[in-house]
Amino acid sequence: MQSNAQLEYDYSVVKLFTFTTILFGIIGMTIGVILAFQLAFPELSNLAGEYGTFSRLRPLHTNGVAFGFTLSGIFATWYYVGQRTLKMSLKESKFLMRVAKLHFWLYFITILLAVVTLISGYTTSKEYAELEWPLDLLVVVWWVLWGVAMFGMIGMRRERAIYVSIWYYMSSFLAIAMLYIFNNMEVPTFFWSGDAPSSLMHSISMYAGTNDALVQWWYGHNAVAFVFTAPIIGMIYYYLPKESGQPVFSYKLSVLAFWGLMFVYLWAGGHHLLYSTVPDWMQTMGSTMSVVLILPSWGSAINMLLTMKGEWQQLQTSPLIKFMILASTFYMLSTIEGPIQAIKSVNAIAHFTDWIPGHVHDGVLGWVGFMVIAGLYHMAPRIFKRELYSKKLMDTQFWLQTTGIVLYFTSMWIAGITQGMMWRAYDDYGSLLYSFIDTVEVLHPYYTLRGIGGLFYLIGFFMFAFNMYKTATSGRVLEREPEYASPMAS
Amino acid sequence: MFHWLEQRPFFFAVMLFLTVAFAGFVEAIPDFAKASQPVVGKKPFTVLQLAGKQVYIKDSCNACHSQLIRPFKAETDRYGMYSLSGEYAYDRPFVWGSKRTGPDLHRVGNYRTTEWHENHMMDPAAVVPGSIMPKYPHMFTNLADIATAYANANTQKAVFGVPYDKKGMPKLGTWKEAKAQALADAKKIASEMKNQQVKDMVAAGKIPEIVALIAYLNSLK
Repeated sequence: MQSNAQLEYDYSVVKLFTFTTILFGIIGMTIGVILAFQLAFPELSNLAGEYGTFSRLRPLHTNGVAFGFTLSGIFATWYYVGQRTLKMSLKESKFLMRVAKLHFWLYFITILLAVVTLISGYTTSKEYAELEWPLDLLVVVWWVLWGVAMFGMIGMRRERAIYVSIWYYMSSFLAIAMLYIFNNMEVPTFFWSGDAPSSLMHSISMYAGTNDALVQWWYGHNAVAFVFTAPIIGMIYYYLPKESGQPVFSYKLSVLAFWGLMFVYLWAGGHHLLYSTVPDWMQTMGSTMSVVLILPSWGSAINMLLTMKGEWQQLQTSPLIKFMILASTFYMLSTIEGPIQAIKSVNAIAHFTDWIPGHVHDGVLGWVGFMVIAGLYHMAPRIFKRELYSKKLMDTQFWLQTTGIVLYFTSMWIAGITQGMMWRAYDDYGSLLYSFIDTVEVLHPYYTLRGIGGLFYLIGFFMFAFNMYKTATSGRVLEREPEYASPMAS
Repeated sequence: MFHWLEQRPFFFAVMLFLTVAFAGFVEAIPDFAKASQPVVGKKPFTVLQLAGKQVYIKDSCNACHSQLIRPFKAETDRYGMYSLSGEYAYDRPFVWGSKRTGPDLHRVGNYRTTEWHENHMMDPAAVVPGSIMPKYPHMFTNLADIATAYANANTQKAVFGVPYDKKGMPKLGTWKEAKAQALADAKKIASEMKNQQVKDMVAAGKIPEIVALIAYLNSLK
């Protein structure tokens, strides 16, 4: 992975996606914090009429951070990591350059349209697949464009073997293509409206009831796998060795973890449907495979931690290494927590409670968020050719956000288990001990704490945005590209 | 083998796709047809109820309410009989939800009335002190989209063979007939409500979202 002096990489698309990563991160996370406080202080839900209720904003938050922030981060890093590990430059092909630009603009327009339509109440109701059919078609177009750019770049490569990171990006492209298309199979009702003046936007799912649920969670769980996991592993396989100057600990472990993850992940979707009306054997498969999933998940995480073998002092000197090592650690936490929740007897208590959003957020804030942030920080001195603006600010951001995450998941652990236990509590006479509202009121302090945790993370994200802005505009200009550790002003 | 694959991206991608797709094939194919057979006596939603379900979805009620009662005593005591697959045969899309910030609603029609919903949607905390549910006053003025609900039902009938217009099943007919039927259903619900504005609207032939939503919630049994 030595840098190739003759080859000049093109970062114009990387810069565009870096910008949207920060923009959609701010929007999505701000809405998240608002939502958190709405649950603690419900009056906040009625400040903006129908457009400000928790229920209307929630899909905006999930779509904003998953497909706004995270996907932007994935695309930004793809166009950077892709060029570098394949040893090709987008400058070498006008065609691919145009495809990449078009990919960006169509993506950007789609997300903006998503904001408008979701807040207006156009939603299919299927989680993380809320966008209505015209937007789905747009998504398919730019997803295909990404594929064209990806395989085009691979076709032009000078490096014969494709690097681990590329495997993961490729898996993200292929799996999401399949999942997204099958879960969003929907029939626009406009074409069967007779002479009724019906809405052009509305559609209904191809599948009904239990089948719809099955397809949805086969998708929903694996959207997590191939947006929040696979490409993020791809990132850490590139950025951690690059930033630390250490070779990846084990090639064999990376092969095992990759193919293991690819085979096992799709099975695990059934764990969202335990004790539901889907066939029992699928529930059992979902539960079992979720536990098996620990192996490939920890395989990658351990491979990354061992990459730092003998170089742990970098953790003291570089906030960037701190972000990545903690990301990997949070990945280990959430990939042991998930399987625990997927065990049927645990799921009986955990399902439908706040432990689930708690689990999601130690994964996305700790693992995805930190890794995307680290990736962008690493790229900044290379794409802007300037020194990172402030190490101190980065360090403050790190600790503030880490505190935020810990507050978030600990409060949600307590909230979830409390609620789950209260729902099933009986008194001595065999009657339910608590009415539902009792189990809501008891959560107030935890909802407040979670809001504060989220706010910490958001403030940290603003620090990140500021640091990036300052780096791009007034960081010290670098004469040549740094090889390993990113230079940063104190 | 892996070294070989890593130098041939095309075959790598093919292998990768097969590995990823495998579970989906095995899981989806065997039981797919069986899972969508309706239970005996199950009827599809009327146009007004569908308009209500569209309101339910538009305002993402499913973000906080489930419609899936698990087979545990604590759940059947609280919400009623556990859910059966065949009860969802006409549910397109399914709205099971994944989080109970509020209680399950799969059988809410058994124990809540039109009047209760009317008061509750206007100001939840006035009915259930301590409630953290938002107020939904806009549902009392926004009009329900009956035309789209008709298109919705008609698509179900034409594309998926849902038994509208069959003996003992809800009648759909033409858009004009369906509109008249929805209004007649709405009038029945409005007669149990006390909000004068809503009553006036329905009397004038307009159906506010709240009326459709209540029709839908009352049908959940």
